[in-house]
Amino acid sequence: MPLEPPLMEVRNLRVYYPVRKGMFGGVAYVKAVDGVSLVLNRGDIFTLVGESGCGKTTLGKTIVGLVKPTSGEILYKGKNILKLSKREYLEYRRNVQIIHQDPFSSLNPTKTVFQTLSFPLKRWGIARSRRDLIEKVSELLSLVGLKPPEDFLFKYPHQLSGGQRQRVVVARAISVNPELIMADEPITMIDVSLRIGILDLLLDLQKRFNTAYLFITHDFGAARYFAAKGGGLIAVMYLGKIVEVGPAEDVIHDPLHPYTKVLMSAVPVPDPELSRKKKLLKLKSLDIPSPMNPPPGCRFNTRCPFSKPKCEREEPPLIEVRKKHWAACWLYAS
Amino acid sequence: MQAIPAVMLMPRNLLEVRSLRVLYKVHRGDVKAVDNVDLSVREGEILGVVGESGSGKSTLALAILRLLPKTARIADGHIYYKGEVDLAHSPENKLKEVRWKEISLIPQAALNALNPTLKIVDHFLETARAHGVHDRKWVIERASKLLSLLRLEPDRVLKSYPHELSGGMKQRVLIALAMLLEPTMLILDEPTTALDVLTQRFILDLLKDLHAKTNITMMFITHDIAVIADIADRMAVMYAGKVMEVGDVYTVFKEPKHPYSIALMKSIPSLTGSVEEMKSIPGTLPDLVNPPPGCRFWPRCPHAMDVCKKEEPPIVELKPGHLVSCWLHVRR
Repeated sequence: MPLEPPLMEVRNLRVYYPVRKGMFGGVAYVKAVDGVSLVLNRGDIFTLVGESGCGKTTLGKTIVGLVKPTSGEILYKGKNILKLSKREYLEYRRNVQIIHQDPFSSLNPTKTVFQTLSFPLKRWGIARSRRDLIEKVSELLSLVGLKPPEDFLFKYPHQLSGGQRQRVVVARAISVNPELIMADEPITMIDVSLRIGILDLLLDLQKRFNTAYLFITHDFGAARYFAAKGGGLIAVMYLGKIVEVGPAEDVIHDPLHPYTKVLMSAVPVPDPELSRKKKLLKLKSLDIPSPMNPPPGCRFNTRCPFSKPKCEREEPPLIEVRKKHWAACWLYAS
Repeated sequence: MQAIPAVMLMPRNLLEVRSLRVLYKVHRGDVKAVDNVDLSVREGEILGVVGESGSGKSTLALAILRLLPKTARIADGHIYYKGEVDLAHSPENKLKEVRWKEISLIPQAALNALNPTLKIVDHFLETARAHGVHDRKWVIERASKLLSLLRLEPDRVLKSYPHELSGGMKQRVLIALAMLLEPTMLILDEPTTALDVLTQRFILDLLKDLHAKTNITMMFITHDIAVIADIADRMAVMYAGKVMEVGDVYTVFKEPKHPYSIALMKSIPSLTGSVEEMKSIPGTLPDLVNPPPGCRFWPRCPHAMDVCKKEEPPIVELKPGHLVSCWLHVRR
């Protein structure tokens, strides 16, 4: 029995977005997240991958409290985040930080780097006097690789490159020493040659401060790099559900779920011989079913090359097929 | 039996870019977006052009068709098409004969370029009309043929509005639009970047299939080297407005010779290879208003020598067709 509750626990989470059908029609629901459970402890890395519309961003936003769940629970240190006292909520807000995809729109263009980074420090009473603030902000800038800090302190976002801006966003997220960072596609807008640099920076913080990450991406290469280097898990989402979770290299090199297998067979790799030799697993259909009306049984059954009659009727549970490697597929359950 | 002269076996160069310079005017001066670029496109090949943002790859594409924005100008150089026309110095009426009929471009983020108020069929008719083709029946027949070749149902798709199509379907409509007037060459700028994994795979396989069936020449521009490995015959690596390395894909991937190509390949978090060997490239892209003297890559290059900081490296042919612009490979 663990002595204390996990840092973050999600239980059977559902997030439905209402949409109006036609002008006079009733309300239908987009089932963005439909029954997801997960546990995150200090220093854990949990990487969510999936194609657009699978619900990964909604799941991330709900966990950090930006979106209200339709049902299910999100427990921060064992307490439901919707039922926290004002003081507990503030602590949760401080300890769970966010890095968004677009470093161009997530910084205030009228504020210098110093102003942007000193705000949270003042807000949380980490530094007050101007001298302390400059010292602390400089420390943060060095930590994220913007050196020498004097060159960056009084610059405005438009004077920085995309990679530098994302480093400022990272500096802001870590300025309050959070326990968990939700990073939603943090490298997608960054130049190719600088992407690994940002990931390494995040991983370095995990090692130094035991920061946990919920890392969201559509890029399987990035997911693999981040989770493999940080000793974390990769979870694959499809139509609002996690269909496979496991250690990074196991999921990438030895996927269990047919959906993951299909994806892995489709991703081009930087090796002409290998990439052209790859055998594509053929899907029954290219069309992703509507998240408003997902197919009964296993949600992948309409496209799965291995589907059986049972898959159309019953939903497969996530089961541990190999050590620490789960899949929700009837191929592995009886 | 008489021997066939070697020149006749060599594939013909359909397009030859020579010493091309394209500048963008900004208040600080001129952005040297494409600087002294030499590049040939062979007839019937798929040439991959890979580079990061700001490498000049999209500017090169726009320059070929002379579709550059008003702030840009071709400062120097030539773009020979079929060895005769110099597109860099052709008048507008000559360019009109080349655009879409000879060379078509699918620009980046074109998925959103379809007019939401027009049905797909009208996009085809409009495109044809803009290029002087008024035969409605011919256009619809040709469009239907292309759409089926791209595995779309012509009847349904032609009647649809853009919002009724998925991203992958729109991308295929754009490819069909580009091929409407039977061009010899297609320039595709990041055609699979906004697409999901499975749609990307489908489009890549479709393009390969299309290439096999029609032997159309393609210039495929992307930042993703894995996509180049998957589809291209030859590749050009661009950095900061310059071509750093050119060669057939198997050679360049197996034995990259330019330090930038080597670093770029290591900097991609991919599904293959060890994660321990992946590394980002230190430093940042140079300011193209005031680029560093000498080689543009030296501030980030692990092998930079004195000469790299002073003089621009010449182009060296290491093996037939494998070209590198780097002082490390200059025998002195």
